[in-house]
Amino acid sequence: MIRVQAMPFDSGGELNIFSASVAGAGAVVSFTGLVRDVSGGLSSIEIEHYPGMTEKALGAIRADAMQRWDLADALIIHRFGALDVGETIMMVATASRHRKDAFEAAEFLMDYLKSRAPFWKREVTADGADWVASRAEDEDALKRW
Amino acid sequence: MQVLYFAWVRERIGLPREEIETTAETVNDLIAELRTREARYDMAFADTTALRVALDQELSEFDAPLKGVREVAFFPPMTGG
Repeated sequence: MIRVQAMPFDSGGELNIFSASVAGAGAVVSFTGLVRDVSGGLSSIEIEHYPGMTEKALGAIRADAMQRWDLADALIIHRFGALDVGETIMMVATASRHRKDAFEAAEFLMDYLKSRAPFWKREVTADGADWVASRAEDEDALKRW
Repeated sequence: MQVLYFAWVRERIGLPREEIETTAETVNDLIAELRTREARYDMAFADTTALRVALDQELSEFDAPLKGVREVAFFPPMTGG
């Protein structure tokens, strides 16, 4: 399942629901991304996205993962809008009969989410707001797959 | 066609989307046309290596043809996750 939403969500609750829905799988891996204050002074972040393309891109990334690995299911939830430090930005969860498939697929989803899903983060501090620059490492990470 | 702008591209151009009548054959042609319009377009498109383009909501290349395309979007590299 893919969800793109402004509303906060409870990643623990979502993980329980996901795990219960794939009870036969045996292995569930999840990753949760939180807003962090790297340099100090961050008051919030704003995430812009491209409605329509976002859902398509996430759907394609998920479908690719389902094809490459032996997965029972894969979940992606990503927020947009204004988020405070410590809030949950996104989560992915994968379920498989095999631990390795679940781990690898979760990493694949994360790597593709970083630079192939149309989200743009802006950090808001007391001095103003700045768009977060993409990192070469994030682009390089895709070469693994 | 509809032309959409996101993140700092939207801010530099000063609007999120606009309808553009064009005979441009490729994305590069469209960019060249937009740059002649006004300084804000010229600035936003000055360095296309800092930009990405999507045609009908699929990531694409700057030399891609525009024939049949209804929606073109320009934006900086994505920063999801």
